[in-house]
Amino acid sequence: MQKNYKKYFLLFVLPTFVAFVIAFVAPFLMGLGLSFCKFQTVVDAEFVGLDNYIKAFQNKEFITAMGFTIKFTLVSVVIINVLAFALALMLTKDVKGTNFFRTIFFMPNLIGGLVLGYIWQAIINGVLMSKQATILSDSKYGFWGLIIMMCWQMIGYMMIIYIAGIQNVSPDLLEAAAIDGATKSQTLFKIIIPMVMPSITVCMFLTLSNSFKLFDQNLALTNGGPSNETRMVALDIFKTFYGRMGWEGVGQAKAVVFFIFVSAIAFAQLYFTRNKEVES
Amino acid sequence: MNKKKLLSASLVGVMGMMALTGCGDKDDSGSGNGGGAAVDITADATKGQVRFLNFKPEIADAWQTVIDDFTAETGIEVTLKTAASGTYEQTLKADIAKKDAPTLFTINGPIGYASWKKYCADLSGTDLYSWLSDKGMAISEGSGVYGIPYVVEGYGIIYNNAIMDKYFASANKTTSYTSMDEVNNFEALKAVTEDMQALKDELGIEGVFASTSFSAGEDWRWQTHLANLPIHYELKEKGVLDLETIDFSYAENYKNILDLYINNSVTEKSMLATKKVDDSMAEFALGKCAMVQNGNWGWGQISGVDGNVVNADDVKFLPIYTGVEGEESQGICVGTENFWAVNTNASAEDQAATVKFMEWLFNSEKGKNHCTNTLGFIAPFNTFSDSETPTDPLAKEVIRWMNSGVSAVTWDFTIFPSQTFKDNLGADLLSYCSGNMDWDTVVSNTKDSWATEKAAIAE
Repeated sequence: MQKNYKKYFLLFVLPTFVAFVIAFVAPFLMGLGLSFCKFQTVVDAEFVGLDNYIKAFQNKEFITAMGFTIKFTLVSVVIINVLAFALALMLTKDVKGTNFFRTIFFMPNLIGGLVLGYIWQAIINGVLMSKQATILSDSKYGFWGLIIMMCWQMIGYMMIIYIAGIQNVSPDLLEAAAIDGATKSQTLFKIIIPMVMPSITVCMFLTLSNSFKLFDQNLALTNGGPSNETRMVALDIFKTFYGRMGWEGVGQAKAVVFFIFVSAIAFAQLYFTRNKEVES
Repeated sequence: MNKKKLLSASLVGVMGMMALTGCGDKDDSGSGNGGGAAVDITADATKGQVRFLNFKPEIADAWQTVIDDFTAETGIEVTLKTAASGTYEQTLKADIAKKDAPTLFTINGPIGYASWKKYCADLSGTDLYSWLSDKGMAISEGSGVYGIPYVVEGYGIIYNNAIMDKYFASANKTTSYTSMDEVNNFEALKAVTEDMQALKDELGIEGVFASTSFSAGEDWRWQTHLANLPIHYELKEKGVLDLETIDFSYAENYKNILDLYINNSVTEKSMLATKKVDDSMAEFALGKCAMVQNGNWGWGQISGVDGNVVNADDVKFLPIYTGVEGEESQGICVGTENFWAVNTNASAEDQAATVKFMEWLFNSEKGKNHCTNTLGFIAPFNTFSDSETPTDPLAKEVIRWMNSGVSAVTWDFTIFPSQTFKDNLGADLLSYCSGNMDWDTVVSNTKDSWATEKAAIAE
């Protein structure tokens, strides 16, 4: 039986595999190739070696965008995970209306990034009006605006993952801990958190990569303003590609650098949190 | 399943894809002049088709009417695609690489030509070029002509004469001016504006100028159109057509007019980041302000506002005065950033059909009628008689200013190095308006940005 499965493995995987190659692997490799080229349109390129990479690293805006992105990611990953976990803990207690609240908290995640960006821009500008300012008056407004919006959107989703994790913690363990006289915080830190470590791995990965790659919310909320101070890397790549004739290849090179950077961070994070996972 | 096997299989597949898509060099069909080969005007146009990528979303519906008529008359099929506002370059970049690439597209001047020259056919042999009233307006290199302007536009300060008359008749005014004819330099404009701002309640307005819109993508009136003036004067002073670096010696004049706009506006200057061009035009249409800087294309926006109180006869243009010596003889800014180019990679039949479409529009009865009335174009061709001009009030004003004997300001922003330069300038102007950047920094940033952007595209 097992053998038969193996025989047909390739056949079954083929449709997905073809789609994956056409829609992901091929464009990716083409992009990699184009990062070494000077080009106007993707079918018309000329090899220039490492020129694009040199320009990318000399580009002040790219470095600033990188710094801003890292700062944003650090803050948003911490806030989102802490709040999502806290909500999940609350909503796994036996209180009335948990399902209702789970739905409500999850809902922002169903709205697209651009729509969210414009809605929050209106809200934040409305609030700042009392100070005679707008979101573009100061980069700190843009920064915290992005954080608030990202939290609002992502917390619900992460909460669902944590809830699933917490519900999987065996009642036997909790009961045993209670009998042994563990306090509430001991139960949380010694039992629940180690047991939901797989969820933490997933949530950390999702928030980390989503924060790094944030594009549409950034575009809609501040469009990088004021003076490019809130421009994140994805937006910077986009603007390099389209903002300057002849710089398409540099945008491509930035994208490759960004890809390597994000994968390195994500793999490192996966490695560290995986190490902390325990077998139940 | 063996993971390694899967990996190698995928690599083989991908290499195959790479071979198919390729990123190799492409043959240039150069004619030795820079752009593409000449259009073959003898090819059979009826066998070809036109694929038109439109630059102006505000008249997309009008174009469709024109095209339907053309197809009905000639049987040549035309497909229209319109790029959304502010996304023209990226749409063109994507579409021109496709199999059904546009045969007719717009380049915005010398900078646009420099980047799209590989795709621009030589139009010097067409009738269209021979009809051009001022052949110097076309984009040419060597003996080839690669871009032909199809519309002339003008911009300046649009004012509502009804409100101005109310001001001039006011008993409380403190200036001695009695009509707009006397406002012919910055000093007069400033005096009148500031006095009007003081009397705004009496005049029933919220501010003299409409909001200086600085939302994302809505700042082109300042970083492009207004910035044209200091650059125009600098070019004129140096007697050149392009500059690798700028001194920005007329920056003070630029500041003059910008300050006037933002200090006498409907909107508090710290709140400008939320305003869009549509907001400004609506303020003008609703009579909340007396002046707004925009071009003749803005009439549709003004007349299209619900509850519009502006009379067509009251809408006039005033040149943008900035306090430059001798500006009494300066007119409004007249020029174009719309040059038609024909895709040299399209089949000979398609190219011929495209040329036929352009020539139909500017030389047939029906085409010319559409041009002036449906599209509202002031066409730069000698096939149009004096009576064949658009009837909307702002277009009439542009023609009045063109014939008034003062010297028009040319559209020199077509040499602005890149979109990035304009965006950076816009962002800096906004920071200046919200009080986060002083003017000297704006000036030095702009000079630096010009130099780096010019160097970046020169390679």
